[in-house]
Amino acid sequence: MSIEKLERRRFDTLVIGAGGGGLRSALQLAEADAHVAVVSKVFPTRSHTVAAQGGMNAALANVLPDNWHWHMYDTVKGSDYLGDQDAIEYMCRAASHLVYELEHQGVPFSRMDSGKIYQRPFGGQSQNFGGEQAARTCAAADRTGHAILHTLYQQNIRAKTHFFDEYFAVDLIKDKDGFILGALVLEIETGEPLLIEAKTTLLATGGAGQLFRTNTNAHINTGDGLAMALRAGLPLQDMEFFQFHPTGIAGKGMLITEGARGEGGYLVNKDGERFMERYAPHAKDLASRDVVSRAIATEVREGRGCGKNADHVMLKLDHLGRDVLYKRLPGICDMANTFMHIDPAEEAIPVFPTAHYTMGGIPTNRFGQVVVPVDQGEESIPGLYAVGECACVSVHGANRLGGNSLLDIVVFGRAAGNDIKKYLETNRHHRQVDEESVKQALAHLQRWDEGNDGGDGSESVSGLRAELQKTMENYCSVFRTEEVLQEGLDKVLQLEKRMKNVRITDYSKVFNTARIEAMELENLIDLAVATVKSALERKESRGAHSRIDYPERDDVSWLKHSLYFKEGYRMDYKPVTLKPVTVDSFPPKPRVY
Amino acid sequence: MRFKIYRYNPEIDNKPYMQEFELDNVTDDMMLRDALLLIKAEDETLTFRHSCGEGVCGSDAVNINGTNGLACKSRCSELKQPIEVRPVPSMPVIRDLVVDMEQFYHHYREVKPYLTVKDPVPEVEFKQTPEQREKLDGLYECILCGCCTTSCPSFWWNPDKFRGPAALLQSYRFLADSRDQATAERLQELDGPYRMFRCHSIMNCVNVCPKGLNPTEAIHSIKKLMVKDLV
Repeated sequence: MSIEKLERRRFDTLVIGAGGGGLRSALQLAEADAHVAVVSKVFPTRSHTVAAQGGMNAALANVLPDNWHWHMYDTVKGSDYLGDQDAIEYMCRAASHLVYELEHQGVPFSRMDSGKIYQRPFGGQSQNFGGEQAARTCAAADRTGHAILHTLYQQNIRAKTHFFDEYFAVDLIKDKDGFILGALVLEIETGEPLLIEAKTTLLATGGAGQLFRTNTNAHINTGDGLAMALRAGLPLQDMEFFQFHPTGIAGKGMLITEGARGEGGYLVNKDGERFMERYAPHAKDLASRDVVSRAIATEVREGRGCGKNADHVMLKLDHLGRDVLYKRLPGICDMANTFMHIDPAEEAIPVFPTAHYTMGGIPTNRFGQVVVPVDQGEESIPGLYAVGECACVSVHGANRLGGNSLLDIVVFGRAAGNDIKKYLETNRHHRQVDEESVKQALAHLQRWDEGNDGGDGSESVSGLRAELQKTMENYCSVFRTEEVLQEGLDKVLQLEKRMKNVRITDYSKVFNTARIEAMELENLIDLAVATVKSALERKESRGAHSRIDYPERDDVSWLKHSLYFKEGYRMDYKPVTLKPVTVDSFPPKPRVY
Repeated sequence: MRFKIYRYNPEIDNKPYMQEFELDNVTDDMMLRDALLLIKAEDETLTFRHSCGEGVCGSDAVNINGTNGLACKSRCSELKQPIEVRPVPSMPVIRDLVVDMEQFYHHYREVKPYLTVKDPVPEVEFKQTPEQREKLDGLYECILCGCCTTSCPSFWWNPDKFRGPAALLQSYRFLADSRDQATAERLQELDGPYRMFRCHSIMNCVNVCPKGLNPTEAIHSIKKLMVKDLV
């Protein structure tokens, strides 16, 4: 494909990714009469938002007393004080409005007798700044993500958003002045590249759970947008913070929602002991996810695991009764039945901490603008936005609270949509595309053409990916040490080198998934290096980043965000925003549940 | 374990053919998707859609031993060997197990699958009783995999005119919603000899739905609403 023959399309704004963040943003823009293109490598309702189960946090106070300020406190504490408090205030204040809006758009939330939206207790929630358990998570049974994603897609059908389904984003297009001008994408069905020129580009490509062997994520969660940002010379923030969900089905990874514990389920070890009472006397099974995951890992390490290999614990739900279980948690009942032949109304489910959520990501401010450090402050990249799991606002800091990710995507999807509208008002015309940047993107794609790829061809995509995932699981898991991380870094850097020897055996144009997977693997390898390098450098324990050799949180040296640059594997740091927009700051204090 | 898989690459093959594979590392708890991935690790050219692996994204609908289903929810050890895997019927094949779903999506869009509210909206949520909400159970869970519509003989005969079970289920999802205010328009859209009335209650849709939904019942419910609308 020569650059002259390249097909080009022009839109006001390009959205890459059709999960909740991308669709919420697209909706905002389509309703404002902007010309929007949404590019997604899968049909929109296959995006991974669909798999979110338990719900979306908002202080509606439908079940128990609540207000947004308590939600803010819980989120700051949950983040182990690494979250930016301006963004957290903004999110928690906006939450109720956004839940009502989704309800008006058609989300079939579960209901209470009063006719109001049903809310369940979730981990890390409290009333009155650390008091009694709150019930803040708005739920559509245990299929909340499905309900929200489908509704947002349906609303975009109404708004006539322009979709490019099954197009894979290859690289961002950037000019010499640093403006982002769209992206080169690949139509999967035909194998033809397409240049989408846009005045603004929003990355909403989700997380990178496929970094780890056992994960709760979909096959598509390869962090494409994060890697595109790295290749465009942008840093990634706080990549060492990867959430391990306490209750993935042991050995398989399917997610069992935190809502299972919210509804009254609890964890037991091989002695039948409710061990969370020892680790979190107050919140018990509803402590933050990092706390529960460490507790499970510790139980197993100390020989109190269940099963013949003593490698998991059990999630007990049978005491809730069949009616409640199948009414409130029908999805996980179906999943346990299908994949384990277990009826949760009769027996407990084997669970183990499982790679789940990328807290880190592309650094943004609370308007969704991508920002980079400049001198003492930071400035935004003109024309580039990011929201959702691929972004790092940072509302989740070192540990995300359950129920805050669905909230994050709609709050910041909408915020970015609003800011893009403003940007379009003052940037009315397309800038000239930088052909050099297009050439580079095409060259990246052509790396996988016959004759261009694979050095000696001694490596395969599936082989290298399996090795990468195993390496990440073994060297960058729940508990970390200098020695193990250093070894892990050496290994992922080796894998990066070996990537050059990968050759694919399918050069067809039509629906070539081998080529897509090869490019996804390139992305994953960049992100693995970012994750391990950031983890090696952070010499403290905070949230999901738990260093056995530095067991304490160190606010003097490490109350700061990491920034990783691909070039030279360089690290930089920037301060945490401790000052909220209107209320007083929550200063760091010891975090107990 | 033995597999026979439908292969067709329009750039290379004059016509489709069935290719046999044998795997000796299929464990008892493995799903068909896991097996397809093992085969793909050996032969990268094998092409199929899949993503979540837990039956919620709806990507991997295929025809398994003659019956539509999701590869990720079909346990290999419970299937008769050789396991024959084909693309879902009646859709144009793009490559191997990947079909063109556009017709299916077209019918989905045509039923206006979004909540339509004409009155001003409240500043909080619409009230809906648990009983009203319960009417949406069995409807909103559809994952748009297409197992039902592509197994429906009425759809095979009139794919351009008959909306098919998935789109009709979706239409009823909004007709059944106490918040929706477009009942008359929705019913009118489905009137006439084809769009809905091609359904002859063959019930293939019910048999194959991987989420245990019942489109035939939803279609009956729409017909009842139409009758009620007439009298």
